[in-house]
Amino acid sequence: MKVLVKALLGAVALSSFALPAYAETTLTIATVNNGDMIRMQKLTDDFTKANPDIKLNWVTLEENVLRQKVTTDIATKGGQFDVLTIGTYETPIWAKKGWLVPLDKLGADYDVDDLLPAIRAGLSHDGKLYAAPFYGESSFVMYRKDLMEKAGLTMPEKPTWAFIKEAADKIADKAAGVYGICLRGKPGWGENMAFLSATANSFGARWFDEKWQPQFNTPEWKATLDYYVPLMKADGPPGASSNGFNENLALFNDGKCGMWIDATVAASFVTDPKQSKVADKVGFALAPDNGLGKRGNWLWSWALGVPSGSKKIDAAEKFIAWATSKHYLDLVASKEGIANVPPGTRTSLYKNPDYDKAAPFAALTLESIESADPTHPTVKPVPYTGVQFVAIPEFQGIGENVGQDFSAALAGTMTVDAALAKAQASTTAAMKKAGYIK
Amino acid sequence: MAMKQSIGKRVGVTILAWTVAFLIFFPILWTFITSFKSELDAIAMPPKFLFFNWTLENYAEVQSRSNYLKYAFNSIVLSVGANILGLLVAVPAAWAMAFAPGKRTKDLLMWMLSTKMMPAVGVLVPIYLLFRDLGLLDSLWGIGFVLMLLNLPILIWMLYTYFKEIPIDILEAARMDGASLFNEIVYVLTPMAVPGIASTMLLAIILSWNEAFWTLNLATSNAAPLTAFIASYSAPEGFFWAKLSAASTLAIAPILILGWFSQKQLVRGLTFGAVK
Repeated sequence: MKVLVKALLGAVALSSFALPAYAETTLTIATVNNGDMIRMQKLTDDFTKANPDIKLNWVTLEENVLRQKVTTDIATKGGQFDVLTIGTYETPIWAKKGWLVPLDKLGADYDVDDLLPAIRAGLSHDGKLYAAPFYGESSFVMYRKDLMEKAGLTMPEKPTWAFIKEAADKIADKAAGVYGICLRGKPGWGENMAFLSATANSFGARWFDEKWQPQFNTPEWKATLDYYVPLMKADGPPGASSNGFNENLALFNDGKCGMWIDATVAASFVTDPKQSKVADKVGFALAPDNGLGKRGNWLWSWALGVPSGSKKIDAAEKFIAWATSKHYLDLVASKEGIANVPPGTRTSLYKNPDYDKAAPFAALTLESIESADPTHPTVKPVPYTGVQFVAIPEFQGIGENVGQDFSAALAGTMTVDAALAKAQASTTAAMKKAGYIK
Repeated sequence: MAMKQSIGKRVGVTILAWTVAFLIFFPILWTFITSFKSELDAIAMPPKFLFFNWTLENYAEVQSRSNYLKYAFNSIVLSVGANILGLLVAVPAAWAMAFAPGKRTKDLLMWMLSTKMMPAVGVLVPIYLLFRDLGLLDSLWGIGFVLMLLNLPILIWMLYTYFKEIPIDILEAARMDGASLFNEIVYVLTPMAVPGIASTMLLAIILSWNEAFWTLNLATSNAAPLTAFIASYSAPEGFFWAKLSAASTLAIAPILILGWFSQKQLVRGLTFGAVK
């Protein structure tokens, strides 16, 4: 019996020495559910064939569930993931805390300088890249060419907010179920506050002054809401205070919106005849401005990063280099058509004449992304980075509260002045508690 | 009494009952119908009820993208396993409280229930850290254990009310005949309480099946149950309503079938104590 036990122990010991030679590295990749990410999962054979010792294990989750789970894991160094899908909001904050590994081993042929400068800036901290962009987006105006023509107007390539108001008034035909404009109203830091923060930038407003004092008591914020609320009441769809991206997409694709200002990524949805009734009638223009030097467009990117708790950093960087490379863009172009290439990450894509032909919104997408500057997002100086958000950990909570107030103002349960006063009070309290102001 | 009820009243009550039942069932029916629509039909306004191109493409897409059987297997193991573990603790506990109550039994019962009143997220980080250090993250054992703890107050409370119904004289008679405590619980109490235990367990299985907070946060891939399967089909940017509906239909199908076959026990379990 004893001999048997010894023999077994010996075998176990031996096999544990022998194991590393045959070991496969399994990368656990946390990602969001969107078209580009799902497409990548189907194309990974190209990567695993070149790297037979690396296996990929996908965890796909809804954006908010993913954010909660990944934040818990990275904050506790749980080490459940090797590659994380994160945005331009998390990346600089997590990098500063030392939760992410700087990506400096992406390979000689990766060509970091080909990444769009605005996107690269949004994903860097102290000049180092901490997450590689998988796709990038800004926001712009999508409009119905036929309705605009019927109203006797021509959409300029760089519209002003005054023009948008005039066009919305003329297009709106509520009896026929056509609304002049559809905008986000659903409360949330990534919902209505993404749109309203970016819009406020073009009205000259800012979240905080240089000393972190909240600015909701300034005339610029009042002007922003005094534009948005009456515009939506006069020309927007009913129940707009519960509309987010998907609700507006459904309305627009169903032919119910004259204009819609939202993510550039929507352009490929509204021009897709499989899901849009108005696919051949859509035009695009840059986000509006008020002549103050900033347009109301935001900047976002879904990017891949490596948590510092991962024990497979080399393999993880290898995968990230593949997924965000020029080679991957070529792969998608050859297998799925060039219009399906993940947009907004590399300069070289926008120099490709084939892409310009296949995606009529390409040039404006690029211009929108390039004009958004996360390091100088506002007319007046600010102590923070981020266009439609403030890159501090407290922003999620603050943004949710302010989002509730502004959504209530749109729903009419609160006046604009009351909503601004409440936002000012709650933000001041939160910033005091967090120690930014005394 | 029943004789005096007019036909009109009875018809009214029947119609009311059917209407309420239909309203409660409608979201499930709508999910089921949407799962056979194309994404364009799914967002159509006014909604299309029955006249659209029925398609199975969403189910095909869901099948090709994720391993449904793995998620379903994990859900079954977690919900059944957690409750078997739970019963092993809850039956003796409920016995003690029902038949040998002390001064503080009532307080103890209330205290146990109070743990259900705390928001789960409040203990997420401590539990996550414990799991990390014990190597229990993404393991069926670890998550099963948490689900058991979650349902334990409910298990004990329900069993306690059941056991209270059983006359203590029967147990005393067994003791007179020389039954040990173990024999008393296993051979006398349990057989009499089988209907109660069964309906308690059914309810707890449904609760564990639907538990999303802990399963989503503690499981990643190996131990991920159907809640994670559904969460992978929801998206704030872009349409996945039809696919999400197909995934939801697949996720609720097993528990719906179980519920259908055991509705008698379930109803008895839920109304026990209220009607005597």
